[in-house]
Amino acid sequence: MIETPQVDWFALSPTLALLGASGIALLGSVLVPAWLRRPLAAFATFGGFVTAGVLASFVFDRSGEATPVLAESMTRDRLGALAAVIVAGAGALAVLVSWGERRRDHQGEYYALLAAAGAGMVFFVTASNLMTLFLGLEWFSIALYILCALDTHRETSLEAGLKYLIVGSFGSGILLFGSALVYGATGELGFTAIAEAGGEEDYLRLAGLALIITGLGFKASAAPFHMWTPDVYQGAPTSVTAFMSAATKVAALVLTLRILVVAFPDQEHLWTVAVAVIAVVSLAVGNLAALVQRDVKRLLAYSSVSHAGFMLIAIAVNTELGARALLYYLVPYAAGSIGAFAVVAARERELGVPVTLERLGGFGWERPFLGASMWIFMLGFMGLPLTGGFVGKFYVFSAAYESGWWWLVIAGVVATAISLYYYLNVVRAMYMRTDVELRPVVAGGSPPRDTLLVSAVAASVVVTVGSFIFVQPLIEWARDAATSLPF
Amino acid sequence: MTTALILLPLAAALVVWMLPLSGRAAGALSLAAALAEVVLWVVALFRFDFQRDLQLVDRHSWFSDLEVSYHVGFYGFSFWLTGLTVVVSAAAIGYAVWANRERARAYHGLMLFLLGAIVGVFTAQDLLLFYVFFEAMLIPIYVLVGVWGGPRRARATATFVIYTMAGSLLMLASIIAFGITQGTFDLIDSGTSSNTWVFLGFLVAFAVKAPLFPFHGWLVDAYRESPPEVAAILSGVVSKAAVYGLLRIAIAKFDVELVLDFQSTILALAAIGLVYGSLLAFRARDVRTVTAYSSMAQMGLIVMGLFSLNVLGVNGAILQSVAHGLISATLFLLAGMLEQRGGTSTFADLGGLARGRPALATILLTTGVIALAVPGSVAFAGEFLILAGIYPIGWGWAVVGAASIVLAAMYMLRLISAVLHWRRGPAATEASRDLRPAELALLVPLVGLLLFLSAWPAAVSERSFPLRVQADEAEAQAP
Repeated sequence: MIETPQVDWFALSPTLALLGASGIALLGSVLVPAWLRRPLAAFATFGGFVTAGVLASFVFDRSGEATPVLAESMTRDRLGALAAVIVAGAGALAVLVSWGERRRDHQGEYYALLAAAGAGMVFFVTASNLMTLFLGLEWFSIALYILCALDTHRETSLEAGLKYLIVGSFGSGILLFGSALVYGATGELGFTAIAEAGGEEDYLRLAGLALIITGLGFKASAAPFHMWTPDVYQGAPTSVTAFMSAATKVAALVLTLRILVVAFPDQEHLWTVAVAVIAVVSLAVGNLAALVQRDVKRLLAYSSVSHAGFMLIAIAVNTELGARALLYYLVPYAAGSIGAFAVVAARERELGVPVTLERLGGFGWERPFLGASMWIFMLGFMGLPLTGGFVGKFYVFSAAYESGWWWLVIAGVVATAISLYYYLNVVRAMYMRTDVELRPVVAGGSPPRDTLLVSAVAASVVVTVGSFIFVQPLIEWARDAATSLPF
Repeated sequence: MTTALILLPLAAALVVWMLPLSGRAAGALSLAAALAEVVLWVVALFRFDFQRDLQLVDRHSWFSDLEVSYHVGFYGFSFWLTGLTVVVSAAAIGYAVWANRERARAYHGLMLFLLGAIVGVFTAQDLLLFYVFFEAMLIPIYVLVGVWGGPRRARATATFVIYTMAGSLLMLASIIAFGITQGTFDLIDSGTSSNTWVFLGFLVAFAVKAPLFPFHGWLVDAYRESPPEVAAILSGVVSKAAVYGLLRIAIAKFDVELVLDFQSTILALAAIGLVYGSLLAFRARDVRTVTAYSSMAQMGLIVMGLFSLNVLGVNGAILQSVAHGLISATLFLLAGMLEQRGGTSTFADLGGLARGRPALATILLTTGVIALAVPGSVAFAGEFLILAGIYPIGWGWAVVGAASIVLAAMYMLRLISAVLHWRRGPAATEASRDLRPAELALLVPLVGLLLFLSAWPAAVSERSFPLRVQADEAEAQAP
């Protein structure tokens, strides 16, 4: 009889559900006839995400205290569970958006990889050890590299895949290097053990910390590590972009919060400043670059860089209120991202060409529901009332002000003011063109009916607006999740 | 009651957006909703006790960890401003129905949404809620001007949004600083602040909204390029949100010493705005621009009244706000009706319209004469109170204020003559008929209310603040 370690299968169940879904989607599509491939794979993946979300919420409910799992390589706590719920929700919506994509082959692979990426993220957010951290990161990254390049007949898709692969691997390499330095300095891999190892002024360890922040910055697409973002977001299939912009950001930022707070409490005076600087640079670069974009996907990519900046403010303040602000912010942000890219996808499928601001002309009047939804998502990104984006920004600024980071509040306010210009440009493009300016683009027939995509957009609207009205329950979950960190 | 006043138009807006109505039905529905809102306000009027402070209160926790709540209620002065809002909005929606706007469902939904948001601004008793409504006003205005506005609307909306949002975001920073320091965002529970920067954040936001010199850059484009009924709401009602904010937050929630430090500066800006706006109005070439600049001048006068910081001045400011709201709404709607006829409201193209058009001449002359504060009019009562309030602060301010009455007479009489009397321009043909019954139905109630308030200005000026408070304050000032 071989002695096996005690495994908390329940804590692993969200990941396993997604892995199972991935397997079904991949193997099933080999076994079933061609016409059944897409329904089977999509259904399995959707079911996997929903199951993972439900299981993660059970884990959330039953993890009042953080407990280590698998020899302290992972943590079962509410922070990870909440992040997993958000990732799973984003994934489920991404499946709905993907359904209408006119893809001839690679149906099974597409959905299998989507589920695998989701599994990797769900695993990643619970990592509490430098090895599992790297493992999770590579797991979902590799799946995403392939997803980006999946449309092999489109040059931009290949370009996106290659770029993401090279830059992403570079980021992973930096993260790995940093991990190695930290391990060398402390002799420990576990986050808590690193914190307990002492040696505050150890330069090896500080260098490792800096490299880890950099590596995670690549994944969160925070400036100045964002160079890949616009190209990849633009080139990747739009449904993949939707998933990446929402879920990857959730995973990367939650883990950044976790590792900094858990593993490096003694270096707090250094990393808070570093993260604050990265946040301000992201705000500046993201917003200024977005001003001149004509391609809507590129515009949204730069907007995601600037939102990374807002969320990094919440991490930089290093308080429980900050963590709460981050976790709240992620919800409307993820919903808005998925929704906005879904609307872009709808227009793209209508026209068959990349969507620029000009090509959005009159869209709001032609498709009233999608237009109004896009309005709401833009309002959410701007942080205007009646959307959760407003409350999110309010929380982030409040957290910053409460800890005395008033200059971060000013930076955030200025960035918001600049961002109005390009978000309103999208609205303007959809609604406010004179008939002379509107050159109808020949698309061939009436727009394809895409109920699933519309329902994904509707769900995003519900989350965006609902998170504004029902702040209290959301913020309570965020507080429960934040208390699992040692502030 | 208060919540019903906020939710009725918002719910109606949703209905108009969602249901597949015809344009006509959407217009009728939204007019019905606006009238129901007026009725609701009148019902509230009978239940309102002007000798008490905050009443008709609704309060629910929104998110407890930062002490933010949905907290609404009325003071006497906010009640009058709300009354102004519902009446002017009903007239504006009526105008939109009459003018048969394109894309009626979207249009009327936005108008109703705007109405709900403005009522929210005047009732919010929580800073964050106030901000939510304050910003929510901006969204429909942006679309209403941007989609249905005149040929230069793109520029108008861009300037308007940049100005107001810059102000609002400063206010958001101030609100956060205020609320986190006080430990609550509630306007009733919180104390006063002595932070100069926080004060300035609020001040700039309201100065932009009013607008106060030198933050008036957005004004002319916005008022000239919007549809006339939207301009009526903008100048008649939305600018009063700034009055409310200055009174309820900038004056009431900061230490008296701090406000006194800025009193001279604000009075000076208000006085400059008053004179400068009047002079610009005198130079303007069409009805809308005159009304726009006179609006700016009147806002200067109202802010002077507010920052006299005494009972007389503040009462006068509230009365003048209501009067000016009705006057400028009437004038903008009239300008719209003239534009519908001849395609323009430029003075050079109009003229001589008094002959054969008795209704138009009567309405315009009555409104104009009230606007130039002829003794016995409501505007005169308001200006008199403001001047009486400002005199103890410094006689110089009162002189500037009094001079503005002369200036108002100059530009208003010029407007009346240019439309009604001067040589006929190309647009003043026989084809442009007198006001039709439908148009009169919109304008007569507004003018009637102006005449009613002229007869009995105390209806507003003695019912804005409980007399007990006024007596206390008068006593405190006596020695």
